[in-house]
Amino acid sequence: MDLSIAGILALDGVTNGAVYALLALALVLVFAVTRVIFIPQGEFVAYGALTLAMLQLGKVPGTVWLLLALAAVAALLDVVDALKRGLPGAHVVRRLLRTLVAPVVVAALTWWAAPLKLHLLVQSALTLAIVTLLGPLVYRLAYQRLADATVLVLLIVSVGVHFAMTGLGLVFFGAEGFRNPGFWDARFSAGALAITGQTIFIFVASIALIVSLWLFFGRTLRGKALRATAVNRLGARLMGISTSGAGRLSFGLAAFIGALSGLLIGPTTTIFYDSGFLVGLKGFVAAIFGGLASYPAAALGAILVGILESFSSFYASAFKEVIVFTFILPVLLWRSFQHGHEDEEE
Amino acid sequence: MRKTIRLLTLAVAATATAGFAPSALADLTIGVSISLTGPTSALGIPTKNGIALWPKEIAGEKLNVIVLDDATDPTKGVQNTRKFISEDHVDVVVGSVTTPVAIAMADVCAEGKTPQLMLSPANLPPGKGEWSFRMPQSTAVMAIPIVEHWKKTGVKTVGFLGYSDGYGEAWLTDIKPLAEKAGIKLVDVERFARSDTSVTGQALKLVQANPDAILVVASGSGSAMPHKGLVERGYPKTKIYQTHGAATMDLIRVGGADVEGSFVSSGPAVVADKLPDSNASKALGMKYISEFEKANGKGSANQFGAHAFDVVVVLQKAVPLALKKGKPGTPEFRQALKDTFETMGRTPLSQGVLNWTATDHFGYTPETGVLLQVKGGDWAVVP
Repeated sequence: MDLSIAGILALDGVTNGAVYALLALALVLVFAVTRVIFIPQGEFVAYGALTLAMLQLGKVPGTVWLLLALAAVAALLDVVDALKRGLPGAHVVRRLLRTLVAPVVVAALTWWAAPLKLHLLVQSALTLAIVTLLGPLVYRLAYQRLADATVLVLLIVSVGVHFAMTGLGLVFFGAEGFRNPGFWDARFSAGALAITGQTIFIFVASIALIVSLWLFFGRTLRGKALRATAVNRLGARLMGISTSGAGRLSFGLAAFIGALSGLLIGPTTTIFYDSGFLVGLKGFVAAIFGGLASYPAAALGAILVGILESFSSFYASAFKEVIVFTFILPVLLWRSFQHGHEDEEE
Repeated sequence: MRKTIRLLTLAVAATATAGFAPSALADLTIGVSISLTGPTSALGIPTKNGIALWPKEIAGEKLNVIVLDDATDPTKGVQNTRKFISEDHVDVVVGSVTTPVAIAMADVCAEGKTPQLMLSPANLPPGKGEWSFRMPQSTAVMAIPIVEHWKKTGVKTVGFLGYSDGYGEAWLTDIKPLAEKAGIKLVDVERFARSDTSVTGQALKLVQANPDAILVVASGSGSAMPHKGLVERGYPKTKIYQTHGAATMDLIRVGGADVEGSFVSSGPAVVADKLPDSNASKALGMKYISEFEKANGKGSANQFGAHAFDVVVVLQKAVPLALKKGKPGTPEFRQALKDTFETMGRTPLSQGVLNWTATDHFGYTPETGVLLQVKGGDWAVVP
């Protein structure tokens, strides 16, 4: 081990860590707002990367059909709900439009654009749109009715959603993996370090996203509403903030972050329909580092996880996964000594 | 009306029970348990496509095939096998494509005295697997062309970058003695998982050790990522070797220019058209490719479909011989089938030449493996 190798490993670790950081932020966000431990976060990563891969092949990705199906079921539930409560017709139509318009428009756009094999950036934007819209629908169908259930029940639902999404991923994308083309194929060398354009792209995108999230939470009304929900659900509701709206918004953000992470790592590795789970799990280790509450601590944890991973792959590649996931033990120990025991159930 | 229905139900139940009598089961019944979902579905799905092309009958016996998914789960595989043996009274169990599942199924097959044709090169401890026969080549046989090539090109030191699972382990244990016998030293052993996002650490260490060749042990499209990782760290492409798990077009599709010039050990089926006419597998391989690609599209043929194809070749040879000793559905027939497998001698398949004996249930002859090189985005046979 000399300095140049340490440099290369550190760079690799920080690059992977940047992606884990994004996922950790999404996990913290979802947990804070809805108390859902969102295991399927990683699935959005795979969906993002593979949806783009399908578009690259000129095919309509299966996620589009999933989007339409979920939207249709959500619309049906909306109508049933509205009829039960005896809401006026205009109101029902408005709700229907709100649920259906975006998915249908995006689906039609994809259907039109897929065979044209448009520019990579256009396809990426389309991918982000498809996967982001899945987020609120997943919340609407799987979690909204259970919003007041215990953390454990929500966790069990998450496991179910994870299995459903992985299975659907196999149906949509097949069992073989894909590797997407890079967004920027440039290479720069700084001493022994070779920095690829993709690495820079990952950093820039991660930092941009973190800054825009910070602005969103600090400066906008919706962001503040999300923060309020995170602090106190009942209080937020009393102030006229829709907690289910907050849930949908946070899931939308989580899906967006997941899809973006998928686009970022797609060119650096081969993504399979089930690759997302492990990537998401590493984001989860990072989120635990921040106690599922602190964004900066989660981001720091993610960088640590990335560096730990790359150095352990050098020293003891057979035990890499063991080392990374054992990292959670001292963190838990440290947190429990620091904070003492608290009953999480509300 | 209700009475009629009840009577009908009774009648149906009675026929179902009667169905267990051997005479009613004249068909040759095959129970297939493969991984159609879960991590190794990439192996199971092409196998299923191969099974879909099986003939309607073998040696005049109507073929009755039951395909179940084991979800890459040994428990599910055992359940499926128990169902095959106790409810369906199958004559042959086929599967699984996944090593741990196939191993778990072997015990049940031995207990039920039903021959098992494994679709995975699973190693079983001595004394186990008396009823289990492997369709794929053992890793030991497939390592031969690689080590031969190393000897020929004067390779003295080798690095190993493999899956941290049974497949990686099998290759390591099989290639180590072969290489050492040839005076080749294994200088570095590194592991990775299919779902890893990078192999930078492993690649750095291997490149630093600077061996004359590196063996990458991975399968399907998962074999491209470590390959690209090594090339990114400046290791020459023409010194990288891959195993038969990687011998599919997926390696070239995902690996692109980075796998150009690299070597892959493979069974003969996938490159049948490029083999010399003297190769015993050429004709069968060509037949397999044309049948499989007609049904599944060009470039779809791979080794997993070929193993399914070979099951039929084996049965076409063994069933007529076994029929002399018993009728399908009876224990005598199953025993006869097992004995025939062990005594039928050299059998050319699309994937090599098989020679099962009572002591060797892998049975592929040493000349089975073919070394391929990626040239211009396609396979070329290395003479």
